[in-house]
Amino acid sequence: MKRLPLIILLILIPAGIFAQDDLMNLLDQNSPKEINYTTATFKSTRVLNGHSIERMPAGQLDVRISHRFGAINSGAYNFFGLDQFTNVRLGLEYGITNWLMIGVGRGSYEKTFDGFAKFSVLRQSTGAKVMPLSLSVFSSVALKSLKFTDPARTNYFSSRLAYVAQILIARKFNQSFSFQLTPTYIHRNLVATEFDPNDLMSIGAGGRIKLSKRISFNAEYYYLVNPKTYLSQQVYNPLSLGFDIETGGHVFQLFFTNSVAMIEKGIIGETTGSWAKGDIHFGFNISRVFTLKKEKKPVAN
Amino acid sequence: MKRLTFIFILSFLFLAGNAQKYMTKNGYIGFFSHTPMEDIKADNNQVAGVLDISTGDMVFQALIKSFHFDRALMEEHFNENYMESDKIPKASFKGKITNPASVNFTKNGVYEVTVEGDLTIHNATNKISTKGTIEVVTGGINASSKFKIIPEDYKITIPGVVRDKFDKSMEVTVNMKYAPVENK
Repeated sequence: MKRLPLIILLILIPAGIFAQDDLMNLLDQNSPKEINYTTATFKSTRVLNGHSIERMPAGQLDVRISHRFGAINSGAYNFFGLDQFTNVRLGLEYGITNWLMIGVGRGSYEKTFDGFAKFSVLRQSTGAKVMPLSLSVFSSVALKSLKFTDPARTNYFSSRLAYVAQILIARKFNQSFSFQLTPTYIHRNLVATEFDPNDLMSIGAGGRIKLSKRISFNAEYYYLVNPKTYLSQQVYNPLSLGFDIETGGHVFQLFFTNSVAMIEKGIIGETTGSWAKGDIHFGFNISRVFTLKKEKKPVAN
Repeated sequence: MKRLTFIFILSFLFLAGNAQKYMTKNGYIGFFSHTPMEDIKADNNQVAGVLDISTGDMVFQALIKSFHFDRALMEEHFNENYMESDKIPKASFKGKITNPASVNFTKNGVYEVTVEGDLTIHNATNKISTKGTIEVVTGGINASSKFKIIPEDYKITIPGVVRDKFDKSMEVTVNMKYAPVENK
């Protein structure tokens, strides 16, 4: 009997030693399960040429400068296309909320103005809420300001417009691999001939593999569902291969593509270059993000 | 003699059962580093912590993703490139007040304390020791401290390109408002 209290004491002493772990357990029991949203499925709002699932967070302005040089098969005289420095798109893109971004841009290709909106509908997450993938909806309008080819006939303003709707579905499988599917619908108010369809359907696929913390290899392909032989012009499916390079404040995207346009309507529907024939263009996007509106945070207590 | 042991054990059990634990789920931890180019600053208002005033033991736990920056891009880099917060979601501290006797937890007032313990960030643990204050107020305890840590001590690698942007050390501010834990 005398021994029993001693045993109890002995049992209690180690309990005291692990007191801090007990406190930790107390914390674990009391902390609610959080929703852990997946971030950075892609490094920028573009996979390479086309849009990615990502959007600008609220109050952040993305200033984008994009170039596509001439075709590599233009030869050594043009320094494989690098002499042709005339194809530029400037863009201003802004996050209104954490689920809605808008953007405007002006590209040299057919002197086109464009405007778009991208909504984040589903966000991949783990923890308290499990969502296996992210889904965004993208919609844009392109206004071709090139002079009408036939000024003699009645030309309507609406003839300059084309519309794009996309559903972006992406999953970040792990830290280094993300994949996206992009069903796309394009409507063009005016097409070159009566044989050309006004409506185009396409399915895009894009992905990235991270090579290091700051560099990833990206690939992007759009398959045009419409039979290409019906078009007045031979078009090819756009394929882009390249890299995301992220420095402190900038994201650089350097890549090769057979497309010269920098908005969906042109990339998917009007790519006349072929990889097989060497109509490959070197291109880059530079993205610099500025914080216009700081997030409102509770003050330190 | 027998009775004495019995009383001793009883009182021990009593103490253990009625442990003086204080807890918070929305404590504050922030860090700051000034650089010529831009200030690196983040705040986390969802830090959980427990303080046991009978022993002076204290623990904290913070979700890395709950640290918020003014610049969303900086926050993304912090999570993706530096803290790898998908792999290592939490940082924690396990330690104790080395001089709990100098605090009168029953009397309102401000007391100077020294806290020692293991700080675990990015799966790397270092012993730290820092001065802080305990303020006993009606219905609770406030604890605060300021100290410096060096990211490289926690295997947080800063690439050469941006290394110059960082001060070698980060100033960490801790502000906790504890409330007593209800005994069941």
